[in-house]
Amino acid sequence: MDLTLKIWRQASAKAKGQFVNYQVQNISAEASFLEMLDILNESLVAKGEEPVAFDHDCREGICGACSLYINGRPHGPDRGITTCQMHMRNFKHGETIIIEPWRAKPFPVIKDLMVDRSSFDEIIQAGGFVSVRTGGIPDANSIPIPRRNAELAMDAAACIGCGACVAACKNASAMLFVSAKVSQFALLPQGRVEAQERVQRMVAKMDELGFGNCTNTYACEAECPKEISVSNIARMNREFLSAKLISHKTF
Amino acid sequence: MGNSLAYSSITKKIIMSLAGLFLISFLLVHLGINLLILFDKTYESFNMAAHFMATNPLIQVFQWVLFIGFIIHIIYGIIVQIQNWSARPVKYMKKGYSELSYFSKFMIHTGVVVFIFLIIHFANFFIVAKFGHVEEITYKSGTYENMGAVVFETFKIGWYVVFYVLALLLLGFHLEHGIQSAFQSLGFNHWRYTPVIKIIGTLFSILITLGFLAIPLVIYFT
Ligand code: HEM
Ligand code: SF4
Ligand code: FES
Repeated sequence: MDLTLKIWRQASAKAKGQFVNYQVQNISAEASFLEMLDILNESLVAKGEEPVAFDHDCREGICGACSLYINGRPHGPDRGITTCQMHMRNFKHGETIIIEPWRAKPFPVIKDLMVDRSSFDEIIQAGGFVSVRTGGIPDANSIPIPRRNAELAMDAAACIGCGACVAACKNASAMLFVSAKVSQFALLPQGRVEAQERVQRMVAKMDELGFGNCTNTYACEAECPKEISVSNIARMNREFLSAKLISHKTF
Repeated sequence: MGNSLAYSSITKKIIMSLAGLFLISFLLVHLGINLLILFDKTYESFNMAAHFMATNPLIQVFQWVLFIGFIIHIIYGIIVQIQNWSARPVKYMKKGYSELSYFSKFMIHTGVVVFIFLIIHFANFFIVAKFGHVEEITYKSGTYENMGAVVFETFKIGWYVVFYVLALLLLGFHLEHGIQSAFQSLGFNHWRYTPVIKIIGTLFSILITLGFLAIPLVIYFT
Protein backbone atom coordinates (compact mmCIF):
# COMPACT_ATOMS: atom_id res chain seq x y z
CA MET A 1 0.00 0.00 0.00
CA ASP A 2 1.02 3.62 -0.51
CA LEU A 3 0.77 6.03 2.39
CA THR A 4 1.32 9.67 3.28
CA LEU A 5 3.05 10.15 6.62
CA LYS A 6 2.79 13.42 8.52
CA ILE A 7 5.64 13.19 11.01
CA TRP A 8 6.79 15.55 13.78
CA ARG A 9 10.41 16.54 13.10
CA GLN A 10 12.44 18.36 15.74
CA ALA A 11 16.23 18.47 15.47
CA SER A 12 16.89 18.68 19.21
CA ALA A 13 15.22 19.35 22.56
CA LYS A 14 15.70 23.10 22.13
CA ALA A 15 14.93 23.31 18.41
CA LYS A 16 11.54 24.34 17.06
CA GLY A 17 9.73 21.41 15.50
CA GLN A 18 7.23 21.04 12.68
CA PHE A 19 5.28 18.42 10.76
CA VAL A 20 6.88 17.12 7.57
CA ASN A 21 5.06 15.05 4.93
CA TYR A 22 6.61 11.88 3.53
CA GLN A 23 5.38 9.37 0.95
CA VAL A 24 6.05 5.64 1.30
CA GLN A 25 5.19 3.13 -1.46
CA ASN A 26 4.57 -0.59 -1.66
CA ILE A 27 4.27 -1.20 2.06
CA SER A 28 3.18 -4.75 2.86
CA ALA A 29 0.18 -5.26 5.15
CA GLU A 30 2.36 -7.83 6.92
CA ALA A 31 4.98 -5.22 7.87
CA SER A 32 5.01 -3.90 11.41
CA PHE A 33 4.60 -0.17 11.92
CA LEU A 34 8.23 0.22 12.93
CA GLU A 35 9.38 -1.75 9.87
CA MET A 36 7.43 0.72 7.77
CA LEU A 37 9.35 3.55 9.47
CA ASP A 38 12.62 1.63 8.88
CA ILE A 39 11.81 1.57 5.16
CA LEU A 40 11.16 5.31 5.24
CA ASN A 41 14.44 5.91 7.09
CA GLU A 42 16.44 3.82 4.61
CA SER A 43 15.09 5.91 1.78
CA LEU A 44 15.90 9.11 3.69
CA VAL A 45 19.47 7.94 4.35
CA ALA A 46 19.83 7.00 0.67
CA LYS A 47 18.82 10.58 -0.21
CA GLY A 48 21.31 11.92 2.33
CA GLU A 49 18.59 13.22 4.65
CA GLU A 50 18.42 12.83 8.43
CA PRO A 51 16.39 9.70 9.38
CA VAL A 52 13.38 10.02 11.70
CA ALA A 53 14.39 9.29 15.30
CA PHE A 54 12.02 7.05 17.26
CA ASP A 55 12.39 4.83 20.34
CA HIS A 56 12.41 1.06 20.06
CA ASP A 57 14.28 -1.87 21.53
CA CYS A 58 12.81 -5.36 21.90
CA ARG A 59 10.23 -5.09 19.11
CA GLU A 60 8.28 -7.85 20.80
CA GLY A 61 6.02 -5.83 23.08
CA ILE A 62 7.82 -6.36 26.38
CA CYS A 63 10.37 -3.60 26.95
CA GLY A 64 8.22 -0.47 26.84
CA ALA A 65 10.67 1.49 24.69
CA CYS A 66 8.50 2.11 21.64
CA SER A 67 5.98 4.93 21.74
CA LEU A 68 4.37 7.09 18.97
CA TYR A 69 1.03 8.87 19.01
CA ILE A 70 -0.51 7.59 15.78
CA ASN A 71 -3.67 9.22 14.37
CA GLY A 72 -4.68 10.46 17.82
CA ARG A 73 -3.94 7.21 19.65
CA PRO A 74 -0.88 6.10 21.62
CA HIS A 75 0.48 2.88 20.09
CA GLY A 76 -1.92 3.29 17.17
CA PRO A 77 -5.35 1.91 16.32
CA ASP A 78 -5.14 -1.63 17.70
CA ARG A 79 -6.20 -2.31 21.31
CA GLY A 80 -3.92 -3.83 23.92
CA ILE A 81 -0.80 -3.73 21.77
CA THR A 82 2.47 -1.78 21.54
CA THR A 83 3.51 0.15 18.44
CA CYS A 84 6.18 -2.46 17.64
CA GLN A 85 3.54 -5.19 17.60
CA MET A 86 1.05 -3.22 15.56
CA HIS A 87 0.90 -4.10 11.87
CA MET A 88 0.19 -2.18 8.70
CA ARG A 89 -2.99 -4.18 8.06
CA ASN A 90 -4.62 -1.63 10.39
CA PHE A 91 -4.27 0.99 7.63
CA LYS A 92 -5.71 1.44 4.16
CA HIS A 93 -4.02 2.23 0.86
CA GLY A 94 -3.81 5.99 0.29
CA GLU A 95 -4.33 6.88 3.95
CA THR A 96 -2.57 9.77 5.70
CA ILE A 97 -1.02 8.80 9.04
CA ILE A 98 -0.20 11.50 11.57
CA ILE A 99 2.69 10.52 13.85
CA GLU A 100 3.43 12.63 16.93
CA PRO A 101 5.64 12.17 19.99
CA TRP A 102 4.10 11.67 23.47
CA ARG A 103 3.07 15.12 24.68
CA ALA A 104 3.41 15.95 28.39
CA LYS A 105 5.40 18.49 30.38
CA PRO A 106 7.39 15.73 32.17
CA PHE A 107 8.10 14.01 28.78
CA PRO A 108 10.16 16.60 26.85
CA VAL A 109 11.03 15.80 23.25
CA ILE A 110 14.68 14.79 22.77
CA LYS A 111 14.57 14.50 19.00
CA ASP A 112 11.78 13.97 16.47
CA LEU A 113 9.52 11.29 17.98
CA MET A 114 11.76 10.43 20.94
CA VAL A 115 10.80 11.78 24.35
CA ASP A 116 12.66 11.71 27.65
CA ARG A 117 10.75 9.38 29.96
CA SER A 118 13.25 9.44 32.83
CA SER A 119 10.55 11.08 34.95
CA PHE A 120 9.09 7.55 35.22
CA ASP A 121 12.46 6.33 36.54
CA GLU A 122 12.41 9.11 39.13
CA ILE A 123 8.99 7.93 40.33
CA ILE A 124 10.33 4.36 40.66
CA GLN A 125 13.39 5.67 42.50
CA ALA A 126 11.08 7.46 44.93
CA GLY A 127 9.64 4.18 46.23
CA GLY A 128 8.96 1.57 43.58
CA PHE A 129 11.06 -1.14 45.21
CA VAL A 130 11.38 -3.37 48.27
CA SER A 131 14.40 -2.29 50.29
CA VAL A 132 15.28 -5.59 51.97
CA ARG A 133 16.85 -8.61 50.32
CA THR A 134 14.03 -11.08 49.82
CA GLY A 135 16.50 -13.89 49.13
CA GLY A 136 16.16 -16.52 46.43
CA ILE A 137 12.93 -18.06 45.22
CA PRO A 138 11.07 -19.24 48.35
CA ASP A 139 9.68 -22.78 48.59
CA ALA A 140 6.21 -23.03 47.12
CA ASN A 141 3.52 -21.94 49.59
CA SER A 142 6.02 -21.00 52.31
CA ILE A 143 4.48 -17.50 52.12
CA PRO A 144 0.73 -17.91 51.82
CA ILE A 145 -0.72 -15.48 49.25
CA PRO A 146 -4.40 -15.52 48.29
CA ARG A 147 -4.76 -16.59 44.69
CA ARG A 148 -6.73 -13.47 43.80
CA ASN A 149 -3.96 -11.20 45.14
CA ALA A 150 -1.34 -13.12 43.19
CA GLU A 151 -3.39 -12.66 40.02
CA LEU A 152 -3.99 -8.94 40.60
CA ALA A 153 -0.33 -8.33 41.45
CA MET A 154 0.74 -10.12 38.27
CA ASP A 155 -1.74 -8.07 36.22
CA ALA A 156 -0.35 -4.85 37.69
CA ALA A 157 3.24 -5.99 37.17
CA ALA A 158 2.52 -6.39 33.45
CA CYS A 159 3.01 -2.61 33.09
CA ILE A 160 6.04 -1.99 30.86
CA GLY A 161 6.39 1.70 31.72
CA CYS A 162 5.83 2.90 28.17
CA GLY A 163 3.96 6.08 29.11
CA ALA A 164 1.00 5.57 26.77
CA CYS A 165 -1.33 6.25 29.71
CA VAL A 166 0.20 9.72 30.13
CA ALA A 167 0.12 10.30 26.38
CA ALA A 168 -3.54 9.29 26.14
CA CYS A 169 -4.78 11.20 29.17
CA LYS A 170 -6.29 14.62 28.51
CA ASN A 171 -4.58 15.74 31.73
CA ALA A 172 -1.24 14.01 31.04
CA SER A 173 -1.76 12.16 34.32
CA ALA A 174 0.55 9.29 35.27
CA MET A 175 -1.92 7.70 37.68
CA LEU A 176 -2.28 4.43 35.77
CA PHE A 177 1.47 3.82 35.68
CA VAL A 178 2.06 4.83 39.30
CA SER A 179 -0.95 2.87 40.54
CA ALA A 180 0.23 -0.27 38.71
CA LYS A 181 3.62 0.04 40.41
CA VAL A 182 2.05 0.75 43.81
CA SER A 183 -0.38 -2.15 43.41
CA GLN A 184 2.13 -4.81 42.39
CA PHE A 185 3.81 -4.33 45.78
CA ALA A 186 0.81 -3.46 47.94
CA LEU A 187 -0.92 -6.73 47.05
CA LEU A 188 1.94 -8.96 48.22
CA PRO A 189 3.24 -9.55 51.76
CA GLN A 190 6.84 -8.58 50.91
CA GLY A 191 5.62 -5.23 49.59
CA ARG A 192 3.15 -4.53 52.41
CA VAL A 193 5.91 -3.66 54.90
CA GLU A 194 6.77 -0.38 53.18
CA ALA A 195 3.42 0.14 51.47
CA GLN A 196 2.36 3.26 53.36
CA GLU A 197 5.64 5.03 52.86
CA ARG A 198 5.91 3.93 49.23
CA VAL A 199 2.56 5.26 48.05
CA GLN A 200 3.15 8.65 49.64
CA ARG A 201 6.64 9.03 48.21
CA MET A 202 5.68 7.95 44.71
CA VAL A 203 2.61 10.17 44.55
CA ALA A 204 4.60 13.14 45.87
CA LYS A 205 7.22 12.59 43.17
CA MET A 206 4.58 12.22 40.47
CA ASP A 207 3.02 15.55 41.48
CA GLU A 208 6.38 17.28 41.75
CA LEU A 209 7.32 16.25 38.20
CA GLY A 210 4.25 18.03 36.83
CA PHE A 211 1.96 15.20 35.72
CA GLY A 212 -1.72 16.19 35.74
CA ASN A 213 -4.46 15.17 38.19
CA CYS A 214 -6.67 12.18 37.44
CA THR A 215 -10.22 13.08 36.41
CA ASN A 216 -11.31 9.46 35.92
CA THR A 217 -11.62 9.82 32.17
CA TYR A 218 -10.22 6.29 31.70
CA ALA A 219 -8.51 6.97 28.37
CA CYS A 220 -5.39 5.44 29.98
CA GLU A 221 -7.01 2.05 30.42
CA ALA A 222 -8.36 2.12 26.87
CA GLU A 223 -4.93 2.84 25.38
CA CYS A 224 -2.66 0.83 27.69
CA PRO A 225 -0.91 -1.88 25.65
CA LYS A 226 -0.98 -4.14 28.72
CA GLU A 227 -4.62 -3.32 29.52
CA ILE A 228 -3.81 -2.27 33.08
CA SER A 229 -7.12 -1.70 34.90
CA VAL A 230 -8.16 1.63 36.42
CA SER A 231 -9.15 -0.37 39.50
CA ASN A 232 -5.43 -0.01 40.33
CA ILE A 233 -5.98 3.75 40.53
CA ALA A 234 -8.78 3.24 43.04
CA ARG A 235 -6.50 0.91 45.02
CA MET A 236 -3.77 3.56 45.05
CA ASN A 237 -6.29 6.19 46.21
CA ARG A 238 -7.31 3.87 49.08
CA GLU A 239 -3.69 3.13 49.97
CA PHE A 240 -2.87 6.81 49.88
CA LEU A 241 -5.86 7.89 51.97
CA SER A 242 -5.23 5.26 54.65
CA ALA A 243 -1.49 6.03 54.68
CA LYS A 244 -2.22 9.73 55.21
CA LEU A 245 -4.72 8.95 57.97
CA ILE A 246 -2.92 6.26 59.95
CA SER A 247 0.74 6.12 58.93
CA HIS A 248 3.33 7.21 61.47
CA LYS A 249 5.29 8.95 58.77
CA THR A 250 3.78 11.34 56.27
CA PHE A 251 5.61 12.91 53.37
CA MET B 1 -6.89 26.92 52.54
CA GLY B 2 -3.52 28.61 52.10
CA ASN B 3 -1.77 25.41 51.16
CA SER B 4 -4.55 24.08 48.96
CA LEU B 5 -2.05 24.09 46.10
CA ALA B 6 0.40 22.08 48.18
CA TYR B 7 -2.04 19.23 48.74
CA SER B 8 -1.25 16.17 46.66
CA SER B 9 -3.26 15.45 43.54
CA ILE B 10 -5.09 12.59 45.26
CA THR B 11 -5.94 14.65 48.36
CA LYS B 12 -7.41 17.36 46.14
CA LYS B 13 -9.55 14.84 44.32
CA ILE B 14 -10.73 13.28 47.59
CA ILE B 15 -11.75 16.68 48.95
CA MET B 16 -13.52 17.52 45.68
CA SER B 17 -15.40 14.26 45.58
CA LEU B 18 -16.57 14.55 49.19
CA ALA B 19 -17.74 18.10 48.52
CA GLY B 20 -19.42 16.96 45.29
CA LEU B 21 -21.30 14.12 46.98
CA PHE B 22 -22.36 16.49 49.72
CA LEU B 23 -23.73 18.92 47.13
CA ILE B 24 -25.78 16.07 45.67
CA SER B 25 -27.52 15.59 49.03
CA PHE B 26 -28.51 19.23 48.85
CA LEU B 27 -29.87 18.78 45.32
CA LEU B 28 -32.14 16.01 46.58
CA VAL B 29 -33.62 18.12 49.38
CA HIS B 30 -34.02 21.07 47.05
CA LEU B 31 -35.75 18.98 44.40
CA GLY B 32 -38.09 17.42 46.96
CA ILE B 33 -39.26 20.86 48.07
CA ASN B 34 -39.53 22.22 44.52
CA LEU B 35 -41.77 19.38 43.43
CA LEU B 36 -44.34 20.36 46.09
CA ILE B 37 -45.18 23.35 43.91
CA LEU B 38 -46.64 21.12 41.20
CA PHE B 39 -48.93 19.20 43.51
CA ASP B 40 -50.68 22.01 45.31
CA LYS B 41 -52.35 24.85 43.41
CA THR B 42 -52.54 27.04 46.52
CA TYR B 43 -48.77 26.56 47.11
CA GLU B 44 -49.54 25.91 50.78
CA SER B 45 -47.15 22.98 51.23
CA PHE B 46 -44.40 24.67 49.17
CA ASN B 47 -44.68 27.95 51.08
CA MET B 48 -44.67 26.06 54.33
CA ALA B 49 -41.49 24.19 53.34
CA ALA B 50 -39.86 27.42 52.10
CA HIS B 51 -40.76 29.11 55.37
CA PHE B 52 -39.26 26.20 57.30
CA MET B 53 -36.04 26.33 55.29
CA ALA B 54 -35.79 30.09 55.80
CA THR B 55 -36.37 30.08 59.56
CA ASN B 56 -35.26 26.77 61.07
CA PRO B 57 -32.04 27.46 63.02
CA LEU B 58 -30.47 24.13 62.07
CA ILE B 59 -31.05 24.87 58.39
CA GLN B 60 -29.53 28.33 58.85
CA VAL B 61 -26.31 26.74 60.09
CA PHE B 62 -26.48 24.11 57.37
CA GLN B 63 -26.77 26.85 54.74
CA TRP B 64 -23.27 28.01 55.59
CA VAL B 65 -21.93 24.47 55.48
CA LEU B 66 -23.48 24.16 52.03
CA PHE B 67 -21.99 27.47 50.93
CA ILE B 68 -18.54 26.33 52.08
CA GLY B 69 -19.08 23.01 50.27
CA PHE B 70 -19.69 24.90 47.03
CA ILE B 71 -16.67 27.14 47.51
CA ILE B 72 -14.37 24.18 48.23
CA HIS B 73 -15.65 22.20 45.27
CA ILE B 74 -15.30 25.15 42.92
CA ILE B 75 -11.87 26.27 44.13
CA TYR B 76 -10.42 22.77 43.86
CA GLY B 77 -12.18 22.22 40.54
CA ILE B 78 -10.43 25.28 39.15
CA ILE B 79 -7.02 24.44 40.66
CA VAL B 80 -7.16 20.85 39.35
CA GLN B 81 -8.20 22.07 35.90
CA ILE B 82 -5.44 24.67 35.63
CA GLN B 83 -2.81 22.11 36.66
CA ASN B 84 -4.20 19.69 34.11
CA TRP B 85 -4.05 22.22 31.31
CA SER B 86 -0.47 23.08 32.14
CA ALA B 87 0.60 19.41 32.27
CA ARG B 88 0.53 19.38 28.46
CA PRO B 89 2.07 22.64 27.22
CA VAL B 90 2.37 21.42 23.61
CA LYS B 91 -0.94 20.07 22.34
CA TYR B 92 -1.45 17.23 19.89
CA MET B 93 -2.28 18.04 16.30
CA LYS B 94 -4.73 15.16 16.16
CA LYS B 95 -7.05 15.16 19.17
CA GLY B 96 -7.33 11.91 21.09
CA TYR B 97 -10.75 10.34 21.10
CA SER B 98 -10.39 7.36 23.36
CA GLU B 99 -11.99 8.87 26.45
CA LEU B 100 -14.37 6.33 27.84
CA SER B 101 -16.28 8.71 30.05
CA TYR B 102 -17.46 11.35 27.59
CA PHE B 103 -18.70 14.05 29.95
CA SER B 104 -15.45 13.98 31.93
CA LYS B 105 -14.00 16.16 29.15
CA PHE B 106 -16.44 18.94 29.94
CA MET B 107 -16.53 19.04 33.74
CA ILE B 108 -15.05 22.54 33.95
CA HIS B 109 -17.39 23.83 31.24
CA THR B 110 -20.55 22.31 32.69
CA GLY B 111 -19.34 23.38 36.14
CA VAL B 112 -18.84 27.01 35.11
CA VAL B 113 -22.30 27.23 33.52
CA VAL B 114 -23.82 25.74 36.69
CA PHE B 115 -21.88 28.31 38.70
CA ILE B 116 -23.20 31.23 36.62
CA PHE B 117 -26.65 29.75 36.91
CA LEU B 118 -26.30 29.52 40.68
CA ILE B 119 -25.49 33.22 40.94
CA ILE B 120 -28.50 34.27 38.85
CA HIS B 121 -30.69 31.77 40.64
CA PHE B 122 -29.48 33.12 43.96
CA ALA B 123 -30.34 36.68 42.96
CA ASN B 124 -33.78 35.66 41.72
CA PHE B 125 -35.03 33.58 44.60
CA PHE B 126 -32.80 33.54 47.63
CA ILE B 127 -32.09 37.29 47.84
CA VAL B 128 -35.72 38.11 47.04
CA ALA B 129 -36.87 35.75 49.79
CA LYS B 130 -34.38 37.07 52.32
CA PHE B 131 -34.27 40.80 51.68
CA GLY B 132 -36.93 41.65 49.11
CA HIS B 133 -40.63 42.12 49.60
CA VAL B 134 -42.80 39.07 49.05
CA GLU B 135 -46.60 39.14 49.47
CA GLU B 136 -47.85 37.18 52.44
CA ILE B 137 -50.60 34.65 52.23
CA THR B 138 -52.69 33.17 55.04
CA TYR B 139 -53.75 29.52 55.18
CA LYS B 140 -55.39 27.54 57.96
CA SER B 141 -51.91 26.41 59.04
CA GLY B 142 -50.49 29.93 59.28
CA THR B 143 -49.25 32.98 57.35
CA TYR B 144 -46.25 32.62 55.02
CA GLU B 145 -44.51 34.60 52.33
CA ASN B 146 -45.97 33.47 49.03
CA MET B 147 -42.74 32.15 47.46
CA GLY B 148 -44.83 29.89 45.26
CA ALA B 149 -46.16 32.94 43.45
CA VAL B 150 -42.63 34.30 42.99
CA VAL B 151 -41.55 31.01 41.41
CA PHE B 152 -44.66 30.99 39.22
CA GLU B 153 -44.00 34.52 37.91
CA THR B 154 -40.31 33.85 37.29
CA PHE B 155 -41.06 30.75 35.28
CA LYS B 156 -43.40 32.71 33.03
CA ILE B 157 -40.33 34.60 31.70
CA GLY B 158 -39.26 32.84 28.48
CA TRP B 159 -35.50 33.55 28.52
CA TYR B 160 -35.25 32.51 32.14
CA VAL B 161 -36.92 29.18 31.45
CA VAL B 162 -34.58 28.56 28.51
CA PHE B 163 -31.52 29.36 30.64
CA TYR B 164 -32.81 27.24 33.51
CA VAL B 165 -33.42 24.24 31.26
CA LEU B 166 -29.97 24.59 29.67
CA ALA B 167 -28.14 24.94 32.98
CA LEU B 168 -29.90 21.93 34.47
CA LEU B 169 -29.17 19.77 31.45
CA LEU B 170 -25.50 20.64 31.90
CA LEU B 171 -25.77 19.86 35.63
CA GLY B 172 -27.13 16.46 34.58
CA PHE B 173 -24.06 15.90 32.37
CA HIS B 174 -21.82 17.04 35.25
CA LEU B 175 -23.40 14.46 37.52
CA GLU B 176 -23.38 11.70 34.90
CA HIS B 177 -19.60 11.70 35.10
CA GLY B 178 -19.31 13.07 38.61
CA ILE B 179 -21.12 10.44 40.63
CA GLN B 180 -19.14 7.40 39.51
CA SER B 181 -15.99 9.53 39.43
CA ALA B 182 -16.40 10.48 43.08
CA PHE B 183 -16.52 6.81 44.10
CA GLN B 184 -13.38 6.04 42.09
CA SER B 185 -11.59 9.07 43.59
CA LEU B 186 -12.46 7.84 47.07
CA GLY B 187 -10.88 4.49 46.22
CA PHE B 188 -14.06 2.54 45.71
CA ASN B 189 -13.80 0.29 42.68
CA HIS B 190 -15.19 -3.22 42.77
CA TRP B 191 -15.62 -5.72 39.96
CA ARG B 192 -19.23 -6.32 40.94
CA TYR B 193 -20.46 -3.02 42.43
CA THR B 194 -18.76 -0.45 40.19
CA PRO B 195 -20.94 -1.26 37.15
CA VAL B 196 -23.99 -0.94 39.44
CA ILE B 197 -22.77 2.45 40.70
CA LYS B 198 -22.35 3.63 37.12
CA ILE B 199 -25.90 2.64 36.19
CA ILE B 200 -27.39 4.14 39.34
CA GLY B 201 -25.33 7.32 38.82
CA THR B 202 -26.64 7.72 35.29
CA LEU B 203 -30.25 7.01 36.29
CA PHE B 204 -29.92 9.38 39.22
CA SER B 205 -28.56 12.16 36.98
CA ILE B 206 -31.42 11.69 34.53
CA LEU B 207 -34.10 11.63 37.22
CA ILE B 208 -32.69 14.66 39.07
CA THR B 209 -32.53 16.63 35.82
CA LEU B 210 -36.03 15.64 34.71
CA GLY B 211 -37.38 16.45 38.17
CA PHE B 212 -35.93 19.95 38.17
CA LEU B 213 -36.93 20.56 34.55
CA ALA B 214 -40.53 19.49 35.10
CA ILE B 215 -41.27 22.57 37.24
CA PRO B 216 -40.42 25.44 34.86
CA LEU B 217 -41.76 23.52 31.86
CA VAL B 218 -45.10 22.70 33.48
CA ILE B 219 -45.50 26.29 34.73
CA TYR B 220 -44.47 27.88 31.44
CA PHE B 221 -46.68 25.75 29.24
CA THR B 222 -49.85 25.68 31.41
C1 HEM C 1 -24.83 21.35 42.39
C2 HEM C 1 -23.66 21.51 41.98
C3 HEM C 1 -22.56 20.48 41.78
C4 HEM C 1 -22.51 19.14 42.08
C5 HEM C 1 -23.58 18.30 42.74
C6 HEM C 1 -21.22 18.66 41.65
C7 HEM C 1 -20.77 17.36 41.78
C8 HEM C 1 -19.55 16.89 41.33
C9 HEM C 1 -19.02 15.56 41.56
C10 HEM C 1 -19.71 14.46 42.35
C11 HEM C 1 -17.80 15.49 40.94
C12 HEM C 1 -16.85 14.30 40.90
C13 HEM C 1 -15.72 14.53 41.88
C14 HEM C 1 -14.55 13.63 41.74
O1 HEM C 1 -14.47 12.77 40.89
O2 HEM C 1 -13.63 13.80 42.53
C15 HEM C 1 -17.57 16.76 40.31
C16 HEM C 1 -16.45 17.08 39.58
C17 HEM C 1 -16.15 18.36 39.10
N1 HEM C 1 -16.85 19.53 39.37
FE1 HEM C 1 -18.66 19.59 40.22
N2 HEM C 1 -20.51 19.69 41.10
C18 HEM C 1 -21.29 20.83 41.17
C19 HEM C 1 -20.95 22.11 40.77
C20 HEM C 1 -19.74 22.48 40.22
C21 HEM C 1 -19.38 23.83 39.94
C22 HEM C 1 -20.23 25.07 40.21
C23 HEM C 1 -18.14 23.78 39.40
C24 HEM C 1 -17.41 25.04 39.00
C25 HEM C 1 -16.50 25.38 38.34
C26 HEM C 1 -17.72 22.38 39.33
C27 HEM C 1 -16.53 21.91 38.81
C28 HEM C 1 -16.17 20.58 38.76
C29 HEM C 1 -15.02 20.07 38.05
C30 HEM C 1 -14.01 20.88 37.26
C31 HEM C 1 -15.02 18.68 38.27
C32 HEM C 1 -14.05 17.70 37.68
C33 HEM C 1 -12.97 17.44 38.63
C34 HEM C 1 -12.26 16.22 38.32
O3 HEM C 1 -12.80 15.32 37.66
O4 HEM C 1 -11.12 16.17 38.76
N3 HEM C 1 -18.73 21.62 39.86
N4 HEM C 1 -18.63 17.60 40.58
S1 SF4 D 1 0.09 1.51 32.69
FE1 SF4 D 1 0.04 0.72 30.56
S2 SF4 D 1 0.19 2.59 29.31
FE2 SF4 D 1 0.87 3.15 31.35
S3 SF4 D 1 3.09 2.87 31.36
FE3 SF4 D 1 2.22 0.91 32.11
S4 SF4 D 1 1.98 -0.34 30.26
FE4 SF4 D 1 2.32 1.76 29.52
S1 FES E 1 10.00 -2.03 21.25
FE1 FES E 1 9.90 -3.10 23.15
S2 FES E 1 7.76 -2.91 23.58
FE2 FES E 1 7.87 -2.06 21.59
